[in-house]
Amino acid sequence: MSAKSGNLFIDSLKDAAIGGLIALALFSVLIGMKAEVASGLGGQLGIEYRWGAVAIAVAVVFAGRLLLNLFVWKAGTPVTQTAGRLIPSTQTLAPLAKYAMPVFLVLAVILPFLLMSAYGSRGSRQYLDLAILVTTYVMLGWGLNIVVGLAGLLDLGYVAFYAVGAYSYALLAEYFGFSFWICLPLAGILAAFWGIILGFPVLRLRGDYLAIVTLAFGEIIRIVLLNWYDFTGGPDGISGIPRPSFFGIEFNRGEGGFADTFGLEYSSIHRIIFLYYVILAMALITNFVTMRLRKLPVGRAWEALREDEIACRSLGINTTNTKLTAFALGAMFGGFAGSFFATRQGFISPESFTFIESAVILAIVVLGGLGSQIGVVIAAVVMIGGFEFFRGLEEYRMLVFGLLMVIIMVWKPRGLISTRTPSITLSGKKAKGISADLVQEGHG
Amino acid sequence: MEYFLQQLINGVTLGSIYGLIAIGYTMVYGIIGMINFAHGDIFMVGAFIALIFIVTFGITASLPIALLILALIAVLIVSMALTAVWGWTVERIAYRPLRGSFRLAPLITAIGASIALQNFVQISQGARNKPLQPLIPGGFTLTEGGPNGEGFIVQLSYSQILIIVVTTALMIGFTLLISKTSLGRAQRACEQDRKMASLLGINVDRTISLTFVMGAALASVAGLMFLLYYGVIDFYIGFLAGVKAFTAAVLGGIGSLPGAMLGGLLIGLIETFWSGYFSVEYKDVAAFSILAIVLIFMPEGLLGKPEVEKV
Amino acid sequence: MNSWDNNPVLTIEHLTMRFGGLVAIDDLSFNVGRGDITALIGPNGAGKTTVFNCATGFYKPTEGRIIMNRSNGEHYLLERMADFQISAKAKVARTFQNIRLFGGMTLLENLMVAQHNPLMLASGYTIGGIFGLKSFKKAERDAVERARYWLDKTALIDRADAPAADLPYGDQRRLEIARAMCSGPELLCLDEPAAGLNPKESAELNALLQYIRKEHDTSILLIEHDMSVVMEISDHVVVLDYGEKISDGSAVEVKDDPKVIAAYLGVPDEEVDGVEEEVGI
Repeated sequence: MSAKSGNLFIDSLKDAAIGGLIALALFSVLIGMKAEVASGLGGQLGIEYRWGAVAIAVAVVFAGRLLLNLFVWKAGTPVTQTAGRLIPSTQTLAPLAKYAMPVFLVLAVILPFLLMSAYGSRGSRQYLDLAILVTTYVMLGWGLNIVVGLAGLLDLGYVAFYAVGAYSYALLAEYFGFSFWICLPLAGILAAFWGIILGFPVLRLRGDYLAIVTLAFGEIIRIVLLNWYDFTGGPDGISGIPRPSFFGIEFNRGEGGFADTFGLEYSSIHRIIFLYYVILAMALITNFVTMRLRKLPVGRAWEALREDEIACRSLGINTTNTKLTAFALGAMFGGFAGSFFATRQGFISPESFTFIESAVILAIVVLGGLGSQIGVVIAAVVMIGGFEFFRGLEEYRMLVFGLLMVIIMVWKPRGLISTRTPSITLSGKKAKGISADLVQEGHG
Repeated sequence: MEYFLQQLINGVTLGSIYGLIAIGYTMVYGIIGMINFAHGDIFMVGAFIALIFIVTFGITASLPIALLILALIAVLIVSMALTAVWGWTVERIAYRPLRGSFRLAPLITAIGASIALQNFVQISQGARNKPLQPLIPGGFTLTEGGPNGEGFIVQLSYSQILIIVVTTALMIGFTLLISKTSLGRAQRACEQDRKMASLLGINVDRTISLTFVMGAALASVAGLMFLLYYGVIDFYIGFLAGVKAFTAAVLGGIGSLPGAMLGGLLIGLIETFWSGYFSVEYKDVAAFSILAIVLIFMPEGLLGKPEVEKV
Repeated sequence: MNSWDNNPVLTIEHLTMRFGGLVAIDDLSFNVGRGDITALIGPNGAGKTTVFNCATGFYKPTEGRIIMNRSNGEHYLLERMADFQISAKAKVARTFQNIRLFGGMTLLENLMVAQHNPLMLASGYTIGGIFGLKSFKKAERDAVERARYWLDKTALIDRADAPAADLPYGDQRRLEIARAMCSGPELLCLDEPAAGLNPKESAELNALLQYIRKEHDTSILLIEHDMSVVMEISDHVVVLDYGEKISDGSAVEVKDDPKVIAAYLGVPDEEVDGVEEEVGI
């Protein structure tokens, strides 16, 4: 490698110049000229020129490419290799992952108190909201992980079940006045039911076709919610969805309220903390059930299905039913999360259930490492937490989000945590994790 | 009857636009077996580039007709070239590094690229939609209404004729390109067996890149046509048009070029007739339902080859 | 009358399979004797794997019947059953020409998947399993024991917790047989089990198959190209060529059948005509 180093700089420069030229072609029009409805032209379009921005963009590409060439791609010992030694690989991280779960768990349980003591009850509210949001996505990720990670069924319309759950609660509360705790199981059952209805015809499709049909179903449900004005309120959505009570005790000021009953001073943060613990408990139940199922015949059948469907059929496994259970179960957890979302927001509209949501949840599952529960947690914290952290960047953050999806995937196609733990061992605890390179991703 | 005729004309126009986009999906799926999720957004980028040039050059309906046509051809060529660079770049950055890797990874990068492109255009060009004065006004009136305003006037506008003529010409040229040239042969070889093709001296990476470039160029033509037809675009048009064009590709039989055109035509017709006779609100539901129905009952599409399960 | 016609475990009657215009199997009938090792041989493209695919439900035959006669007296018409039920109810298990293991799962897990149906029942269709039902724990222990037994018999016990994709080729072949045996079959269909094995592995395979036949209530139907395997272990050989049965009998009988020799080695046309006259076609 070092033999070529004489030309390193010139090669890199040439390459970077080509990169700059391509960037010029890309950006000169879309950045350099902005078509705008100018006020003076009577509603006609005019062009606003911004060559400075183009120059900056091209310079960034040129410099970035040059630096990457010099220090990473063409260099004898790339910087990343040196950096790579500082960051342990996932293989060596695997034993740590065993301890990560309890650490995360303890942290998650004491989080509200940590925040309260650090920021006070007023200041900690936004962080608690963020924690609730992240935990919701963790739960959704875990739910989808059953479908995509374990059973290997690519579902791009998962948000449909989230929507079914949210609307089930909102409508049941609106029309029948049911409380959250009655609606929660109903919403889950309804979502599972929809999972079976939608799943039944499509589950014999394979791979990308399944993905695109689930996407279509997701969109159909959203469009129906949007246009069925009499029932769902259409684009206006449903507002005034009842907040959850502490098993019957409302979070009100005054007599009989939560604060009053427990002899605390009234604070609006109580409800937020309660909501946080509700979603945390729901997420943990999802995780517990999933981990349990992995060790049961049905879970093993899911994973076998992901590995080789034909072999499964030759061993007497009813693949349709097995896929349906995965789909229905994933949908059920999505439905639970949806009804939590409805009660937390107090307002829902079809806006919240676009394709982007499905894409984000799928991205969390894939980036975390298919089938890895802890991977989902890490990916959700990074993606959603990071996303909210950059709220100041306003419109740029979706752009960054899209680019990050590309970059992380190119960097780690198998996701962040990519070892599979056997569901049962003969030799007791000491069995090693299975490298992701051996694990199939499923065909359906 | 008149109403039907008008819907038919509109449907064919819309269908030829979908057909052009569908070719990009079908070619890419044929050669690397992935849904290029960002293709709809490449179409959107093409429409924006065309719009910007039209405004920059000051092309309006007031130009003499010969000059107008020349100018539009110039815009078409330039925006095809620039959109092709976008198509190439997306492939180079988001898909090529993942070639031969795990199947879900390029799907995620494709979704990421789609989100990034949409938001890039939203930031650089603004979120508001861009209206364009009609460039080619007028047309033939096929049936006159009655003297007292009864009856239905059927119009075939010049821009619709232009759209149908240009797409037909491009599709013919393109089919010839794929069936007769060595590039087309290389492409079909890569579709069959990429490893073997590379052993026989075909530059697989370049062939795939060219596939993306061609798909993007056609999408940019579709973008210009969309702009001429509807007269308004925004950064979000790519998603729906993309999904519908993909439906068209699947309906026609993925991997088959004539199938993509046929599928595009059918989807265009179904959508217009659905909006014309049933409800406009649910026209997208119609398209999505057809997608689901086709995939479930006829996954090989109209002109595709059935996939045989090897045991 | 041959022993396999007296007490067949599998009866194939007038089986025909067409793919469009191509006739892969043409009016094929033969019996697989209970407790026998039956070999299905023939040149490439003779339709052997198609017979397997029809018998295990992956293809629906165009015509004909395939009857599984279980030792408990039940009869199953395999051509009418869904593929997964053939394994679950009719107790026919199979392996594949190009090995199909669950590569990312361990050997033990592979064998546990094979015992899916009884375990599913024991787990109360999952619900009991989630709450840790005692009877399920016991069923699971039994399943592990059965897996251990077969890993032992196939000499794979040392690698029980390794991923299946990591095994060398010969071990993968044996694991596939062990997995099929874990589903408790009465008929085991092996598609070229000796393909790609070295002579030592091939001999071990022979011993394994003979052990299975002797110690378990399992008949074996195998497709094989390796004549040493066929001649050494099979009780009954059926020869196919171009989808038709050209010979059927004991290994020795088949070996000397001129039609078999013609099909395998090829002969001048005049000679074929002569042979055909001789046998009366």
